[in-house]
Amino acid sequence: MSAGAPVRHLYVHLPFCASRCGYCDFVTVVGRGGQHRAYVDALLAELSLERGVLAPRLESVFLGGGTPTFTAPAELRRLLRALPPAEEVTVEANPETVTPGVGALLRDGGVTRVSLGAQSFQPRLLSMLERGAGPDDVRRAVYALRDVGFDNISLDLVYGIPSQSAADLDADLSEALALEPEHLSCYELEAKRGTRFTHAHGAELARQAEAMESYFERVVARVTGAGFRWYETANFCRLPQLADGRDLRSRHNLAYWRSRDYLGLGIGAVSTIHGRRWRTTPRLGAYLAALAAGERPPREVEELSAPVRRSERVLLGLRLDEPLALEPGLERAVDWSAVERLERLGLVESGRSTDGTLALTTHGRFLGGGVTAELLA
Amino acid sequence: MDQQRIRNFSIIAHIDHGKSTLADRILELTDTVTGREMRAQVLDTMELERERGITIKAQAVRVTWKGHELNLIDTPGHVDFTYEVSRSLQACEGAVLVVDAAQGIEAQTVANAYLAIENDLEIVPVVNKIDLPQADPDASAAEIADLVGDTAEHVLRISAKTGDGVAEVLDAIIERIPPPSGDTAAPSRALVFDSSYDQYRGVVAFVRMVDASFHAREPLRAMAQGTRFEAEEVGFFSPTMSAAKELGAGEVGYVITGLKDVSRLRVGDTLTSERRPADEPLPGYKDVKPMVFAGLFPTDSDDYPELRDALEKLKLNDASLFYEPETSQALGFGFRCGFLGLLHMEIVRERLEREFDLDLLVTAPNVAYLVVTKAGEELEVHNPSEMPREVERIEEPYIKASIIVPKDFVGPVMELNTERRGRFDHMEYLSEERVLLLYELPLGEIVLDYYDQLKSRTKGYASFDYDLVGFREGKLERVDVLIAGEPVDALSLIVHREGAYARGRQLVDRLREEIPRQFFDVPVQAAIGSRVIARETIKAKRKDVLAKCYGGDITRKRKLLEQQKKGKKRMKQVGSVEVPQEAFLAVLNLDGGKK
Repeated sequence: MSAGAPVRHLYVHLPFCASRCGYCDFVTVVGRGGQHRAYVDALLAELSLERGVLAPRLESVFLGGGTPTFTAPAELRRLLRALPPAEEVTVEANPETVTPGVGALLRDGGVTRVSLGAQSFQPRLLSMLERGAGPDDVRRAVYALRDVGFDNISLDLVYGIPSQSAADLDADLSEALALEPEHLSCYELEAKRGTRFTHAHGAELARQAEAMESYFERVVARVTGAGFRWYETANFCRLPQLADGRDLRSRHNLAYWRSRDYLGLGIGAVSTIHGRRWRTTPRLGAYLAALAAGERPPREVEELSAPVRRSERVLLGLRLDEPLALEPGLERAVDWSAVERLERLGLVESGRSTDGTLALTTHGRFLGGGVTAELLA
Repeated sequence: MDQQRIRNFSIIAHIDHGKSTLADRILELTDTVTGREMRAQVLDTMELERERGITIKAQAVRVTWKGHELNLIDTPGHVDFTYEVSRSLQACEGAVLVVDAAQGIEAQTVANAYLAIENDLEIVPVVNKIDLPQADPDASAAEIADLVGDTAEHVLRISAKTGDGVAEVLDAIIERIPPPSGDTAAPSRALVFDSSYDQYRGVVAFVRMVDASFHAREPLRAMAQGTRFEAEEVGFFSPTMSAAKELGAGEVGYVITGLKDVSRLRVGDTLTSERRPADEPLPGYKDVKPMVFAGLFPTDSDDYPELRDALEKLKLNDASLFYEPETSQALGFGFRCGFLGLLHMEIVRERLEREFDLDLLVTAPNVAYLVVTKAGEELEVHNPSEMPREVERIEEPYIKASIIVPKDFVGPVMELNTERRGRFDHMEYLSEERVLLLYELPLGEIVLDYYDQLKSRTKGYASFDYDLVGFREGKLERVDVLIAGEPVDALSLIVHREGAYARGRQLVDRLREEIPRQFFDVPVQAAIGSRVIARETIKAKRKDVLAKCYGGDITRKRKLLEQQKKGKKRMKQVGSVEVPQEAFLAVLNLDGGKK
């Protein structure tokens, strides 16, 4: 397992939430207040079992959830202190959980970047999403983080919420931009199968699909117009010239899109290391029991063949605004006659015979899913 | 056997009225098969025939009853095989006409009874299923007596299922049906009323000896086609093949020809002795021509050779099946196939899919057209995309349709027939409740969705049958479909001038629903020549992304794209547009499929 290059990216899953939002399909745990300590113990035990694959100093650590900032402060503090040092340490947070105290805790724990799940600034839409925070909570959270010195804050927004008009969307974008975040992630609401939300609103979403299909273009136009770089399908960061020359892309997420190896700790977490991917059991009890016994938790393993790895390299790489470098062998993952066709439609730019790259055009990026499906061999 | 002691007969009936069950009972009652050999519907050999409850190929069985030799000649039950039915009837002197006591006369009963009367057959009318609780034997007997010009008392009442009354049917066959009256001294002549292909013995001809006799090893000749061969064996079915020294005048049996190609011996031809040939063939031979055509394409183009082999094998046993290679820009390599009618098409398609395990795309069927070009050239056109743009005249096949419906549905049926350019011919009350309607209709108006429409407009109560009556001139137009400016040959259709706009509009609307949105705007047009008569635009997709893709989403995302890729593979490429195979069937149900 420790053969091969050391892994430089670490994901840590903190599943606890105050309540579960209707549209959420992540691995979350509600109402197990007493288990935060045991869970952090288990995470640290798992870390020590896997420590061998990690580089001594990491490029990025990402604490996702769940609601990481809902974790008992003492346990969160203990975890942050025990994690290996990294250049970028991101923590996801729900606005209502970010108090000045939590802000200071994160800052002291070496966190460099906070990703706030704002989702919307309209009380009506927030309650449809069953979010606990109101618009003022988002603002208060941003100010609190600024007060303790955070200079890299990301906001998550969701669009395509049932009954959301174009004007609603514009208002949300304006509110978000007014808070001057360094980074924005904008996701179209997905009606994922089996969620409470889909059950309640799936039909309505399908009906509105046509009316809302311009929202993606609207988001990109508005956010790039405000001085942001559309560097990944759903992600934007402030341009370097407007940010003292800083590259504000998420280093951790870039690692996924560049097909780097990463280790994931915690229930439901996924790791991809040296051609093998595994998902740790999503069951809290099984996870805690295994690690308490000093054993690795149950995992679902997927071996990634060379062609699969090449396909993933292409499908992930084409999400970015930088051209995909066609490393040796990668050409085989691409159907070049499809590329020719897509080039004629102005969706793809092939530098195969010039600089050895492949990229989607701006138009192509709006259709990135279908275009990628077509050009994969 | 003395001809006085021979009776040749058929059983004719509407589907499900009990023809095969009656045949089975006759075989049992005459000890032709033992109980152990008995298996429901002995005469229907093909798996498909048994499942569908219809008989595709005629066969003949010899049974003995009270010192007489009775030859039961089985007939196909459906109008698509009218020609075969009439050959079979020509081999008989009489017919048992069976009607279900609960259903009464149906359209097929009428068509078959007319055929029997045209062939001068003595009809033995029978009401079957008198054991059913809902049976009304008196009403059915009155209807059938009226149809054949007999008295209701003369109609036999039986239950083929229980065997009740079957012996009386056999007695009536001997009493009422005249014996054959062949000339035993004349040169020999036999009618080929059916044939079958055996991979070891070649073509087996089913024959009715008319004059004199045939012997094993005798050199024979087919008079219309001129094919010569030696009879390797002659014999009869009882019910399996039994070789005999000779087939005498008036008898029914088989001749093993050793011919390796079914097309060399056509049903309807006359066999005669090569040594002492007859001067004149028996009357009535005609070459059956397919009237309904459709393109058959393998869903996976790699299966083309398998489809070709399968058609070759089917053709061995089905001389009426026609096929020739067809290349479609949209659908690739396939075959243009010709069928006797819609049921024939359905049977061929099912056999290809079931017996040969082929996955097929069958285009919308069309009829054969006789065309005279401006240059005076005469053509037969089997494919709308081959219809010349400049024509002097187009003729299309017409049918005579018999439709029987409860009287409440006469209005809707008349309305449907008018929409389909039908010409009213005749109407009569079969009983207080049921009405027989006769119409003349262009076959082209029937082949698409007429059955479905008739069924839905009569709540399933209509019974329908038809017979071809010949070709007539029609004001027809070729409508082409263009997708993103490219004409799609597989979607061209021939329609009556008056319906062209409406048809073009429906087709374009359907295609807009069936073709998924692409990366660019796709205009869909219907055109007559260069004149566009309907247009719709399939708007380009504006977004197609999976928003979230992080470490835990990659496998799912990859599988999603693989799925999407697989879906695209099933589409047919028309220019740069991906068209799902279902869209090519849009034309099949333009009225019915409207949302």
